[in-house]
Amino acid sequence: MNRISRLLLRREAGILVMIALFCLAVGAVKPHFLTLDSLQIVLLLVPLTLMGAMGQMMVIVARHVDLSIGSILGLTAMASGMMFRYHPEVWWPLGFVLSIGIGALLGLANGAVVTFFRLPAIIVTLGTLNLYRGLTFIMSNAKQIDRQYVPVELKAMSQTSPIFGIPWIILMSFAVALATYYFVMHTRIGRQIYALGSNPVAAPLRGIDVTKVTLLVFTLSGALSGLAGIMYASRWGFVNPSNTGAGFEFQVIAAVVIGGVSINGGVGAVLGTALGVLLLGCVAAALPLLGIPGTTQNAIYGAVILAALLIDRLVRRQGQRGAAIRGAA
Amino acid sequence: MSPIESPAVAAPRGAAPARPMWHVMLVRPETMTLALLVLGVLVASEISPYFLDIRYILKSFTLSAEFAIVALVLTMVIISGEIDLSPASNMALSACLFAYALQAGAPMPLAIGVGLLAGLAMGALNAFMIIGLQLPSIIVTIGTLTLYRGLAQVIAGDKSIRVPESFTGVDTALLLGVPVPVLIFMALSLALGLVLGATIFGRQIYLIGTNEIAARHAGVRSRRIKTFLFLAMGLVSAVAGLMTASRLGSVRYDLGIGGELQMVLMAMLGGTYIFGGRGTILGTFLAAWLLVIVTTGMIVADWLPAYQLCVLGVLLILSIVATNIIYSRTER
Amino acid sequence: MSEPTVTSAPLLSARGIAKQFAGVEVLTDVDLDLMPGEIHALLGENGAGKSTFAKIVAGVHRPTRGSLTLIGRAVEVSNPIVAQKLGITLIHQEPISFPDLTVAENLVLGRHAGAPLARVPWAQMTRDARKLMDLLGVAIDVTQTMRGLSIADQQMVEIARALASDSRVIIMDEPTAPLTPKEVATLFAIARRLRDEGRTLIFISHRLEEVRELCDRVTIFRDGRKIATEGIRDLDDAAIIRQMIGRPLKEYMHKPGVALGDVALKVTNLTSPGLFRDIGFEVRKGEIVGLGGLVGAGRTDVARALFGVAPAASGAIEIHGKPAVIADPTDAIRLGLAFVPEDRAVAGIFRTLPVEQNITAAAPGRIAPNGFIRRAVERALARESVASLRIRLATLRQPIGELSGGNQQKAILARWLLTDPSILILDEPTRGIDIGVKAEFYDQIGALAAGGRAILRISSELPELLALCDRVLVMSEGRLTANLPRGLATPETIMRAAVPRSAERGAA
Repeated sequence: MNRISRLLLRREAGILVMIALFCLAVGAVKPHFLTLDSLQIVLLLVPLTLMGAMGQMMVIVARHVDLSIGSILGLTAMASGMMFRYHPEVWWPLGFVLSIGIGALLGLANGAVVTFFRLPAIIVTLGTLNLYRGLTFIMSNAKQIDRQYVPVELKAMSQTSPIFGIPWIILMSFAVALATYYFVMHTRIGRQIYALGSNPVAAPLRGIDVTKVTLLVFTLSGALSGLAGIMYASRWGFVNPSNTGAGFEFQVIAAVVIGGVSINGGVGAVLGTALGVLLLGCVAAALPLLGIPGTTQNAIYGAVILAALLIDRLVRRQGQRGAAIRGAA
Repeated sequence: MSPIESPAVAAPRGAAPARPMWHVMLVRPETMTLALLVLGVLVASEISPYFLDIRYILKSFTLSAEFAIVALVLTMVIISGEIDLSPASNMALSACLFAYALQAGAPMPLAIGVGLLAGLAMGALNAFMIIGLQLPSIIVTIGTLTLYRGLAQVIAGDKSIRVPESFTGVDTALLLGVPVPVLIFMALSLALGLVLGATIFGRQIYLIGTNEIAARHAGVRSRRIKTFLFLAMGLVSAVAGLMTASRLGSVRYDLGIGGELQMVLMAMLGGTYIFGGRGTILGTFLAAWLLVIVTTGMIVADWLPAYQLCVLGVLLILSIVATNIIYSRTER
Repeated sequence: MSEPTVTSAPLLSARGIAKQFAGVEVLTDVDLDLMPGEIHALLGENGAGKSTFAKIVAGVHRPTRGSLTLIGRAVEVSNPIVAQKLGITLIHQEPISFPDLTVAENLVLGRHAGAPLARVPWAQMTRDARKLMDLLGVAIDVTQTMRGLSIADQQMVEIARALASDSRVIIMDEPTAPLTPKEVATLFAIARRLRDEGRTLIFISHRLEEVRELCDRVTIFRDGRKIATEGIRDLDDAAIIRQMIGRPLKEYMHKPGVALGDVALKVTNLTSPGLFRDIGFEVRKGEIVGLGGLVGAGRTDVARALFGVAPAASGAIEIHGKPAVIADPTDAIRLGLAFVPEDRAVAGIFRTLPVEQNITAAAPGRIAPNGFIRRAVERALARESVASLRIRLATLRQPIGELSGGNQQKAILARWLLTDPSILILDEPTRGIDIGVKAEFYDQIGALAAGGRAILRISSELPELLALCDRVLVMSEGRLTANLPRGLATPETIMRAAVPRSAERGAA
């Protein structure tokens, strides 16, 4: 068993333990939490975040951050929503093409500004976060897309299922996770993302096209946010220009940070990230059961991000001290 | 002219020729900001003659004054090589705690104390995680911005908490014909400009931002200085939060939402270098006025808030691009 | 060892190579032929141009003038990728790698072009990597990340990369600095094997002993020019040194005799777990004490502990006879210490700030006695420093990054002189500085000692330690292994003390 797997396994195992402990704790107070019903609820909270987290994971591994994913979700959801409303004659699955396509374009724009002007992604995406949200308002004329306009078939994707009673939406998000796993672990360009994040200075010297890889991760993040956008309409049945996607980026970043993705780039795994999403899903599902108002969600995400950073730091310090004692004079 | 400073015609072997003085003075981001400000005023006055009325501009400024005040301290934080995205959430939480304390029956001075202390505590948390635990400020302040805003939501829910009459109206109070918030901004700009530009404390902030390791080796107490800056951010955010509460007459959890964009924008438009080590209070001062002109102009021109949001987003990106270009042009 | 045979056709030829950086010419008119199946040394002082030349061959820099020919065909080595395709690999001083990826991945990355979505053959990769490691005779687990590897191992991986891409020309830039003698022996054995396979190795160094042991031919660089190319056996040490330096060694390295005063700095049982243990020594006023040893022995860590950058966990420090607690550089400065760090780009200069601000950075009390900066005072102090150290610049307000390395280093020294220190700790103060300025530094440091200051000088250069110091301390693996007065300090005694005991046992 080589050292990497050993390390990774530690992190994933830790998250699993946290999930187990949390669920047991909640289950002790409210036994209803530990039922299959609850599992369904948890799983239904998870798909959008999972999709976004896969994209964000790649961006952070490449040593960037994308704060605009919530606004991309909102804008792409609105784009499809408006198509459904004003052009109901169009074959509804084209909404997927529209949302994912626009999401990819918006992501590409992010990536382009970051690469060509060599600017920190954090500030660029802070700008596009607002820009894209503003565009959403403008194009929708500040009007919501109500339930009746969202195609029934689309909404059904969050309820009906082809197998085992698992709705399409959940299957889709798993598929995204699996595809991401294959992409980052088994394709050349996927590995280049890790190389780039691990040592951006060495990357061009080793034949990595930094521009291409950077544009790619931002485009993928945007596209996945676009997918999450149209699935938002499926899951919730409406699209609102100010709420849809608001705060999404913080949920996703919280999940990603829990999942062991390093802010310094080069380190991050699909499994860990997915478990991080799952943990957040459990927390979100437990809140109403425990009578805690939904307004605490943001506070919890914030606390989770900080706690994950703290734990990471403490673990790393231990590791460093260990290495020093082992005699790296 | 001393024998050492020869005219930069032929550089002695061992140094590149120096840039002429006028180049150093004029080719800098603050000039760009000033130019844009002048341009902005001209364009805005075309849209509406109100703009040439100084009282109108001053009154418009009161809407952004709270953000502008925080932006001044934020400039110093960015110059020192860090960033703080949590001040807007800090404003909301401080204001909520203040209003809550009042509701619970505390006398005004105590409630104000609660608000300010809360702000300081939030600054302290940032400082602890960033300087104590050596975590990257960007992700820590994303975490704390979420946390503080979330806590404000927990305390205030979706409701507005009203603020007593005696406390409201700071923005309408005039001193020497100038609204109080504007005066506070000007005074703070002067004070901080002096600190940053003429004191050793300010000089050390530039040293830390340029090369923190070298600064430590030179005996600069970087941890102390940065801690102080984050505490100052916490305090000034609380003050800004209270000012906003006074202006609006009530407090909600979403007080100041989107403020982090405006504050960072003011700093960037003012020529503050995002990577640290460069920037001035003067630049941020001019940029605050510029932003007021731009936002007021958009309001007067009847643009939807959505458009304004877009403009601000684009402006942020353009301002860092421009600043980066200017700084890399002057480097060799 | 066989006589190096000079076949008629050179593998790689350089004609008229020149290079300018920002208007300063660092390399002029270099003609050189490299033969297949040789180990060719590029020898010269720091800044002589040998590294720059090698980087041009490896495609890291483009020459300002001149041409390269590979097996008779003119080539343009426009970037490292092109170089690799041509069969030229450069192994940097500090190996470049992707620390979070495995050894196997690092070996593969960038070697083959291929479709971006092509499947990564993990199993094959790991097998090939293991084979390469076996070929080199090195036991490195190819499935672990690069982050955990020692510098020596990282170098091995770099060499394995070069082998894997079947490089004809392998350039090694000062590879032995961080290695123990046992690791050096392994490296040299591999180098010889590669040479016997017909490859050409370029070995950049300024260490005569190693060059003599390993290389077939040597090219000497000085001040940006190629001075000579000879078989290594045709030159004796004195001749080589003369050509490297331009004047005989003795002439410009000397130390004026100075009367020694009281003990200024006394260190007892200084310990920092994992870095150094039980360090104890004294430095008197007027004394220059050298601290030698291999890279990684812990010398800089001791310096950082003394100066408060990374205080020691236990032990005692006495300054002028009084016990001192140094928790912070501020404490150290107040007690009269000064520290010129090793890497000025990282820990020394504020690149974008004016020279005068760089010079006054450590003396806030002098330019701002009550908090407000007095520009006139600052300018005057800076001007004085520039004059007394003969710093060459266009104006005081230009960014220090525009100055040459030697002048930057002078400015750092000026910075510390402004604090009027009684004890100076200098960490490799003349590294990366050209010869002329080096001599000025030696004189300057000598003068400081003569003025009654105590100086601790960390250096990896044997000639410096031997010629300039009253005593030589040697550290190895975190411990003090020798305390040699001038008379007893010889290259052998110093090297013996510097060598880790474990390595010695291994070589036996």
